Amino acid sequence: MSIPLSWFLILSAALFSIGLFGVLARKNAIAILLGIELMLNAVNINLVAFWRYGTIAEMAGQVFAIIVFAVAAAEVAVGLALIISVYRQRNTVVADDLDLMKW
Amino acid sequence: MTFWNDPINFIAKWLMDVFSGWGMGEVLAYVITAVIGIVVLILFSMGLAIFLVWVERKVVARFQDRVGPNRLGPFGLVQPFADIIKLIIKEDLTPAGADKFIYNLAPVMALGSVILLWAVLPLASNIYGTDLNVAVLYLVAAGALGTLAIIMAGWASNNKYALLGAFRMVATMISYEVPMVVTLLIPTILAGTMSIQGITQAQGGLWFFILSPLGALIFLISAIAELGRAPFDLNEAESEIIAGFHIEYSGMKFGLFYAGELLHAFTFGGFVAILFFGGWRFFGLEQYSPLIGVVAFLAKALFGYWVIMWIKYTMPRIRIDHMLAFTWKFLTPLAFVLLMVTALLHKLLAGAETWIYASSLFLANIMIGWITVEILRAVGRRQRKAEEHKFEDVHALHPAEGHH
Amino acid sequence: MTAEQIIFLIVAAGIVGSALMVVTTRKLIHAALWLVAALFGVAILYAILQAGFLVVVQVVVYIGAIAILFIFAVMLTRRELRDQGPQVRKGWWVAGLLGVLTFAGLSFIVSQWEGFSKLAAEIPADADTLGSLATALVSPNAYVLPFEVASVLLLAALIGAVYVAVKK
Repeated sequence: MSIPLSWFLILSAALFSIGLFGVLARKNAIAILLGIELMLNAVNINLVAFWRYGTIAEMAGQVFAIIVFAVAAAEVAVGLALIISVYRQRNTVVADDLDLMKW
Repeated sequence: MTFWNDPINFIAKWLMDVFSGWGMGEVLAYVITAVIGIVVLILFSMGLAIFLVWVERKVVARFQDRVGPNRLGPFGLVQPFADIIKLIIKEDLTPAGADKFIYNLAPVMALGSVILLWAVLPLASNIYGTDLNVAVLYLVAAGALGTLAIIMAGWASNNKYALLGAFRMVATMISYEVPMVVTLLIPTILAGTMSIQGITQAQGGLWFFILSPLGALIFLISAIAELGRAPFDLNEAESEIIAGFHIEYSGMKFGLFYAGELLHAFTFGGFVAILFFGGWRFFGLEQYSPLIGVVAFLAKALFGYWVIMWIKYTMPRIRIDHMLAFTWKFLTPLAFVLLMVTALLHKLLAGAETWIYASSLFLANIMIGWITVEILRAVGRRQRKAEEHKFEDVHALHPAEGHH
Repeated sequence: MTAEQIIFLIVAAGIVGSALMVVTTRKLIHAALWLVAALFGVAILYAILQAGFLVVVQVVVYIGAIAILFIFAVMLTRRELRDQGPQVRKGWWVAGLLGVLTFAGLSFIVSQWEGFSKLAAEIPADADTLGSLATALVSPNAYVLPFEVASVLLLAALIGAVYVAVKK
């Protein structure tokens, strides 16, 4: 394989930063969750790249990536259930409008 | 390696020799041969889709005690071509306010997700696209892409009924993926590998249908729900939701959805044949030539497709809440119990003789099926008694009413 | 430039382009579909890295379940069929600056590592990566405990999501 490891690491750093921008800059709560998904994917790319470029017999990279899949699915399910429930009560999903607990 | 033993490699080698004779580099010759192979596979599956249109119309006619198309060509064989010409010359509408890119992408993705499955479907012991070692999961992944295409179609049509039909269809499909994946694990356990070639190789002794008939039945039911065919076709029911997610598609775009649905049904018939009925095996005759394996596989897949059509044209439609209750409360627990029992027996009897192993697995399946039927009967009896008591109380309250 | 490097550059451009469209497009449903494109690109990246099982798991879990959840949530939480107004907050340039700084910082820190530019070893032809992954997930010497804890987490998430979203 002729691709150096640095290419994968820079790609995942770029994806992580784009996800970070999405989380910090968007108004809609669902759009914020989309940014979080991008960040989790960037982490997964890193893990699998380190598995491939390190010891191939040591499966920690792939196992960790599978656990991240499970955690991401759980988080998206609960997060979206909360957003739908909030929408039913308050009729909005714009994150700025959900300020009942602000002091 | 002659043509009869190994057709694909023989033709590939011949083509690469021709290209090298023209002076092309080896990598380029290999790439062009691979592309030609892919195009031939896609053309074969699309040709099969055209043939399936004719089969569908003839078989539905026979189930409904009539003859079916018999005017165009002998036995109506030219009828699908007339259908294609009609669909092509129809006006190509795009509804106002529709999302143009997604609207046009959805039928392409729906048909594409079906053709992707043909890459792992082996027609014979050495006629196949590729031998993935996770081919069973690849089947589920291609189904996921089909689900995405449906929701894109429902959204992009800018039509409340299309959106509602798409929601129902996607809810059904993702609910029935659970028992489908669990029953897909049963041949995986019995064969020890997820690769489809490995599963077919492991059925040399006994077909998995004998080792797990209940698993085959649950897989068939989940596959019919995944396809969106009756009795799970709440999406296409004209009396309920006016053709659901493909209501705004006319002409050849609807043709893509329709051909995709028929080809998907045939492909799942093929997967039932491979996973549970031995695939291209035919009692040992297939070792003489792979072409016998191709004929055996196509015959078994057509039989599976015929069973799917038989169920479609015999049973009435099921309501959406009954559909979802059926999978979450009945099929999923049953599939998990079956998986656990199969895994346990497979491990315990790993070293035993074949007839002990086969008969105990078969008996375990029959026992689980019988216990389930008994539980259902007891529950039904209790419900009927409760309703009778309800009516008895009503009559006791008004004894002097008499008969109206 | 070998063929692998060209394919990697095309796929990486696709992933970064789709991710940028996810965070900047106005219509939320388009953002969800661009996320599907980005996830598909990541699946192709796993195929380049020769992690075959992760390719299909990525498509089944992320595209087949999480992306569909997102699309359902977008469709269920809107009053009209259109998006209105600006979709980014007022201080979005601060977020952009933070993003660029994060990228620069991460790249700089990782490039100081001495293995930064190494090339991959070849996988030996008889290595059964799928088999050793399966063994690693269920072997008590390996990672069976995180595997079981992840399944308990999924069960808790399932019960919690159903309870929160059920209409009373």
